[in-house]
Amino acid sequence: MAENKTILVIGEIEQGKTASSTRELLGGARVLADQTGGDVQLLLAGEAAAGLAAEGIALGADKVYAAGNAGYNEFNCDAFTALISGLCNKIKPALCLMGQTDLGRDVAPRVAARLGMALAMDCIEVVFDAESGGFKQTRPVFGGKAFSVLTTAKGLSQVNTVRAKSMKPAAADPGRKGETVTIAEGPDAAAIKAKLIEAKKQEAEGVKLEDAKVIVAGGGGLGGVPGFEMIKQLADLLGGVVGATRVPVDENWVPLSMEIGQTGKIVSPELYIAIGISGAAQHITGCINSKKIVTINRDADANMFKISDLGLVADYKAVVPVLIEKLKAAK
Amino acid sequence: MDIIVCIKPVLDPELPPAKFAVDSKKNQVIPPEGMPFIMSPYDALAVEAALKLKEAKGGKVTILTLGTKYTEDVLRKAVAMGADEGFILNDTAFEDSDGFATAYVLTQAVKKIGTFDLILCGRQAADWDAGVVGSAMAEYLGIPVVVRAKSVEALDGNLKVERVTAGGSELFEVPLPALVTVSSEMGQPRIPSGRGIIIAAKKQFPKWGAADVGAEASKTGTAAQRNSLVKLYIPSFQRTCEMVTGKDPAEAAALLAEKILAIKP
Repeated sequence: MAENKTILVIGEIEQGKTASSTRELLGGARVLADQTGGDVQLLLAGEAAAGLAAEGIALGADKVYAAGNAGYNEFNCDAFTALISGLCNKIKPALCLMGQTDLGRDVAPRVAARLGMALAMDCIEVVFDAESGGFKQTRPVFGGKAFSVLTTAKGLSQVNTVRAKSMKPAAADPGRKGETVTIAEGPDAAAIKAKLIEAKKQEAEGVKLEDAKVIVAGGGGLGGVPGFEMIKQLADLLGGVVGATRVPVDENWVPLSMEIGQTGKIVSPELYIAIGISGAAQHITGCINSKKIVTINRDADANMFKISDLGLVADYKAVVPVLIEKLKAAK
Repeated sequence: MDIIVCIKPVLDPELPPAKFAVDSKKNQVIPPEGMPFIMSPYDALAVEAALKLKEAKGGKVTILTLGTKYTEDVLRKAVAMGADEGFILNDTAFEDSDGFATAYVLTQAVKKIGTFDLILCGRQAADWDAGVVGSAMAEYLGIPVVVRAKSVEALDGNLKVERVTAGGSELFEVPLPALVTVSSEMGQPRIPSGRGIIIAAKKQFPKWGAADVGAEASKTGTAAQRNSLVKLYIPSFQRTCEMVTGKDPAEAAALLAEKILAIKP
């Protein structure tokens, strides 16, 4: 059904602003479209859509669909599946890009199932394959232990969700020209079967993990809440944020919003300090793009050392207090 | 409350990276010798959620699995945990089915079973990590879906589902029949009881092929693949790790502090 070369980016709006995932997708889509000779179209939904259209164009879109109905202010899977399926059916894009976000994880499989499109979830790379005229995707599989490379059946329109930080946003160019099309209709109330009763926010205050320059992350080796209180002091001294692996989340030492890894946040700070983390594949996949990785673990064979730049084999309880003291002294 | 749970046998995801190998010619994972596949962990949590609902509301828990290897093993495990019955979807036509074809075959099997109140799946299989089958089944069946659930509670004709999001959680109410995919926040799957293991050992699991469930050949297997896997490889993230040492941990830590101060942004 791919009848044209359009790349459609499904935008997301966070607190009235263009989401960082959307900026990344627009940057990536622009690079691909310049190779295929196609255009980039952007869907924005919610009351802020019209106001953000110009920014979407500045960041690489040629055409923006602004679905400004307030019914789209909050993400609802049924409403967005209907909206996005409708638009894909109308413009038949060669490629529809979404973030590997709550929205993408929910909506991409449903849109692809509904319209018979091909699908690749959680891609870390999408490239144009001049040979086939289609796209090639790389995605981690087996919890990040392996990478798979996919091609799409010829002529089949497809949906890709893209992992955070996998594509680079372009610098905004206010001189770029583009068109804005208004979608006036709101969601069809009858299509919304799963009704949201209550949203509970659990996001930690302050800097988000995804935006942090320094992250001090703890694993099962910290043994409990006191361990996390200790590494919080270290993080504070470094102007950083505390993260965690799966185990501390499962053990309820820390909230899920702190999880880094395949099913949590994907981060890429300047400095990542891993304490009491063995280095399971699903965790590594979430932090491997950190510029410098430092590991403290009493197990010299911990897998985490293999992907680190600096390592110290010792019990964190003997190390972290000294680090705290030295960093305080250096202030 | 009649519940259908879809489960998949997978290579144990806890397998250490050192034992994980790939045949790069066939683009397949090479499972270590003598290591049986297990029920995908999220699917085990879906079974657990089904059993809790059955305990609260009564009814029946039916398990569906698709494949050729270890399907009986994972069904036996589910029955040992407390599920009532299981069916194996097995046909050469199903081999190499992608997520959509798998969802199609499972949907056909659900239609053959006929009545149900709820379908539960894991949020994603621990092998290909796509998270497609549950959502696609809901689309094919035209029923509501909530993905990545951490708790489910049955009300009259409705289901209260709390699901995890990047920023916390959301509570939904959905009319039944519905489909829910289950995340790790659901808790821990129960350990089968001795009695459960004895019951499961004697259990027979009927096999259904394409003709049994009325699956069209063009919609399954290689013929229906929308993507081709052209490469499977183990990425190398190896860095050169400078090990910091000292006469005791405190001295090493002091040295590490200096190095951290030097690279700190």
